[in-house]
Amino acid sequence: MPRTLLSNYPASNNRFDEMIDAAGTVRPDWRAFVERLATATPEEMRRRADILRRRIQENGVAYNVYSDPQGADRPWELDPLPLILGADEWRGIAAAVSQRARLLNALLADIYGEQRLLREGRLPPALIYGHSGFLWPCHGIVPPGGVHLHLYAADLARSPDGTWWVVADRTQAPSGAGYALANRQIVSRVFPEAFRDLKVQSLGTFFRALQDSLAHWAPCGDETPLIVLLTPGPANETYFEHAWLARHLGLPLVEGQDLTVRGETVYLRTLSGLRRVHAILRRQDDDYCDPLELRGDSALGLPGLVQAVRAGRVLVANAIGSGLIESGALSGFLPGACRALLGETLQMPAVASWWCGEPAALEFTCSYLERLVIKGAFPAQRIEPVFGADLDAAGRAAMIERLRAQPQQWTAQELVEFSQAPAWAGAAGLRLQPRGVGLRVYAAATPNGYVVMPGGLTRVAGSNTRVVSMQRGGLSKDCWVLGGSTNAALSLAKGDIGVGDLVRSGRNLSSRAVENLYWFGRYAERCDDSARLLRTVLSRLIEAGADTQPALVSAADLCHQLGLLPAGGGTLKAAELQNALLAAIYEEQQSRALAGDIRRLLRSGAQVRERFSGDHWHALNRLQADLSGSGGAHIDASEALAFLDRVLLASSALAGFAMDSMTRDDGRRFLIIGRRIERLMFLANALACFLRLESARSEGSIEWLLEVGDSIITYRARYMNIPELLPALDLIVLDDSNPHAVCFQLKSLIRYLQPLAGELGEPGVDALRRDLDGLLALDLAPFAADSPPGLVGAARLALAARLDTVASSAYWLSEQLAMRYFTHVGDVGRQTLAA
Amino acid sequence: MLSTLLYHVVHETRYAYSVPVSLSRQLLHLTPRDTLWQNCRSHRLFVEPLPTCQRERIDALGNLVNEFAIEAPHQFLHVRAESVVALIPRSGGSLQPGSGDWLAASPSWEDVSRTLAYHGTPAQPEVSCFQFESPAVEVGRDFADFASHSFLPGRPLLQSAYALMQRIFDEFDFDPEATTVSTPVREVLQRRRGVCQDFAHLMLACLRSLGLSARYVSGYLLTQPPPGEPRLIGADASHAWVSVFCPKFGWVDFDPTNSMLPTHEHVTLAWGRDFTDVSPMRGVILGGGEQQLDVAVTVTPLTTDSSGEEGTEHAFQ
Repeated sequence: MPRTLLSNYPASNNRFDEMIDAAGTVRPDWRAFVERLATATPEEMRRRADILRRRIQENGVAYNVYSDPQGADRPWELDPLPLILGADEWRGIAAAVSQRARLLNALLADIYGEQRLLREGRLPPALIYGHSGFLWPCHGIVPPGGVHLHLYAADLARSPDGTWWVVADRTQAPSGAGYALANRQIVSRVFPEAFRDLKVQSLGTFFRALQDSLAHWAPCGDETPLIVLLTPGPANETYFEHAWLARHLGLPLVEGQDLTVRGETVYLRTLSGLRRVHAILRRQDDDYCDPLELRGDSALGLPGLVQAVRAGRVLVANAIGSGLIESGALSGFLPGACRALLGETLQMPAVASWWCGEPAALEFTCSYLERLVIKGAFPAQRIEPVFGADLDAAGRAAMIERLRAQPQQWTAQELVEFSQAPAWAGAAGLRLQPRGVGLRVYAAATPNGYVVMPGGLTRVAGSNTRVVSMQRGGLSKDCWVLGGSTNAALSLAKGDIGVGDLVRSGRNLSSRAVENLYWFGRYAERCDDSARLLRTVLSRLIEAGADTQPALVSAADLCHQLGLLPAGGGTLKAAELQNALLAAIYEEQQSRALAGDIRRLLRSGAQVRERFSGDHWHALNRLQADLSGSGGAHIDASEALAFLDRVLLASSALAGFAMDSMTRDDGRRFLIIGRRIERLMFLANALACFLRLESARSEGSIEWLLEVGDSIITYRARYMNIPELLPALDLIVLDDSNPHAVCFQLKSLIRYLQPLAGELGEPGVDALRRDLDGLLALDLAPFAADSPPGLVGAARLALAARLDTVASSAYWLSEQLAMRYFTHVGDVGRQTLAA
Repeated sequence: MLSTLLYHVVHETRYAYSVPVSLSRQLLHLTPRDTLWQNCRSHRLFVEPLPTCQRERIDALGNLVNEFAIEAPHQFLHVRAESVVALIPRSGGSLQPGSGDWLAASPSWEDVSRTLAYHGTPAQPEVSCFQFESPAVEVGRDFADFASHSFLPGRPLLQSAYALMQRIFDEFDFDPEATTVSTPVREVLQRRRGVCQDFAHLMLACLRSLGLSARYVSGYLLTQPPPGEPRLIGADASHAWVSVFCPKFGWVDFDPTNSMLPTHEHVTLAWGRDFTDVSPMRGVILGGGEQQLDVAVTVTPLTTDSSGEEGTEHAFQ
């Protein structure tokens, strides 16, 4: 039985083991699960490991690491074995965490209200007024229901004697609840039978309670409350979790720029106008919430938000300013605060800590440094913990000097010994390995008091580290609390979906999402156009060798006119031209370089990533990887050519995806409009330049023009001879069956803009219609090969002028769309000023 | 004892933007607050273009705040705050021996610093909230070192503060070109030049580095035109000084820019931990492009106290 499985599992002398007792016997709450594990065959275990890996991939569970050089998402690391806790033990934990949540809420109410504890000397003023997290503008604000703390998390650890201790409090915007939910969804599917038989308590009701309570307290009068989840954006390390929670709670995921304060009311900018927001569940830090009253240098916040809160027009959860009490220095004062504010004894002890601002604590810390962990008193200091035991004599002396210089800045904490639990060391069959674990437990405010999520995020320490931290990218586990009264359903999110809950179109599609899709379309097309043009020149350069070919000169001239190559393009020596071309591809500092446009494409795509499939994202990421890989290295022309081919391939895959796989909503509409506008501008500009270029009258120029317009195959199929100007112009200007013709773009734009015409006003579409009619009425006869040169010349200039008008209509249309529909994502125009 | 003095203060701020501003929110600390020695007899605020919404309130530090938003595109902003303020002169001071130096009667600065330290006994949040670092005022050993030449062992707190004020006045150059509103106070200490705001921040940094409590005062100073010349309209400016807490004495003002104790020519607008709490006008705008800012302050003494019966009036239009 468990013998074999456990034979290699080392017992610990100095830590509590969650699975086995000191005698090596499996604890009662683990018995059923361990027995199942022990009887599993190696194949079965491999299969379960596969399920785990696949589900992490399919769900796209990821964690961004700031310091990751690629800035890329890293797959979430999840151990399949849950931490198991019995019902009785859990009741104690839940009661203690709930009490602590109540205490911290009362503490916030006091600090931001009458400040009784400060007056009575129960809190050192330095820990409040000396803390940058104390926000003066929030003093005196009483939030709806008196609730500051809607979602609270406690980091717990179990000491060798089996008692639980609080290691840290998360009160600002606790992270990880979404990961706990994701872990549960995955692990419950890896061990479905055990999960069912052990009657594991469900997490679903917790999120329901959180959301219902926000709705309950949201100041919405008779209106249906609109609750949004505010994220700092895709660069944040837990963005995945924000998106995940938003999806599961059914809340629009918004960034600061999606919201606006008018008067004292907060609104969400949607495509169909402003919609009032009643509650904001925020993942944005306190001081970034409002650049008017809080940090002025914040580009993230929402000017006027604090006043909207003060006026009682919107609920912000957690209340702005609640980050203050995360300070570890406070924990020593909480037992007294608990007696003073609640008249109760604090149920769960916190790891002993000493704020060095008290002279006695400073002396204690200096004397016993080797047994303590030294941390900054205020989280904003972002000081890495210093382990006294790691310091040599000189290091200790230096540390003591720092402590004495500014004692108020430091807190000493007793070294925490985490308990250990088995982790799966699965590579060669099933082997269990003990790892240190800490448990993050969540509590949510409800009108009936705090409810505690039965379970939580179990964080696993690395084999040698004494710090469990997600920012370092640790492993995590699900936590199973036994004794669920009913058979918990696997599905967690909201209850059943009725007909009335069906969502067909994105009613709350934010203007930002739409704007990003529009720019995604434009950049995708811009990359496509530039890559095609550069490929045309580069391939000709390779063919020409050392010779000068007229077609190469004219193509390079056009690149110069469009800003892709420096002046004199056509007359450069071959080596110089090649260098200039490589720069136009790879050197982001050049304003029109392809690399920059690819970067911008990815950036706008990242904002709306949930709308793209993994495959397409992967294709884009490869381009990015190609670019970063090329940094500084010598690239030859053939490599560059291969890269351009890949860009064009990825671009056509994206175009196909937009046509085929995207839901027909306004987001897709704007993506396609973006592509069409960009292509129209490019074609009109490129053609106008071409018609004006002297060098483009040379032999071979029409051929490359057709190549740039991606129309050479159609041309050859139709005419099968050396390209001539008249049929070429017909094909890439007038032929509305050619997706790369000017008229095709005009007609397509008119069609896609039609549904918007009412709001946009007719002028935008009208100008396009006039352009289209003008082009269609064009007489191509003067372009015939046998026309007198004077006539051709005049006709070229006339058509070029007409194309200039088309390009400016496209430009104007883009401006109009931006003004009417967009939030100006890239707007650097917001300024905070003091006079 | 001098009788009540009346001042007429006009503070005009004009922004001209090169590109229209579509959304503007502004927070004003332009209403003189009432104090033991100051009474704001009337206050009027004119804003153009007309705000979409506006509100008057008292902030957490007791200052009067006006907040407004303009939600229609505009290319200029004009804010004119006009106040009539009555002052009761306070006693000045000097360190001249035998001149009835009340500063010398204050407790030693070490005693005050010890009293303000945390002992787990009842405290006054109104005092301790000005005792620590704030966004524009750092604390540190370098500030304490600089102050130690004035804060000699056992010296009375107010005498020490007076000496520190004089030292800043003597050793620092007034130089509007040297700093901006965001110059860190540590740089001011190193470069020995700045404007009133910098000197106030520096003095605060020194005092707080010694464990003392001191606040930033924003206001105006009546400037005297050169003999024989008329008072120029708009030639004055916003001013700033500091106020030090001393047990039994309360809050005592020091003006390091002029090395003087404010008596009857300093009009108080608001106080806070530093400039960021009480900047006269702070705003966030969307758009605007390049902008041109003109600030004009005029403080005029009114000869007679004719408005004594009027009572306090606050208008906001």
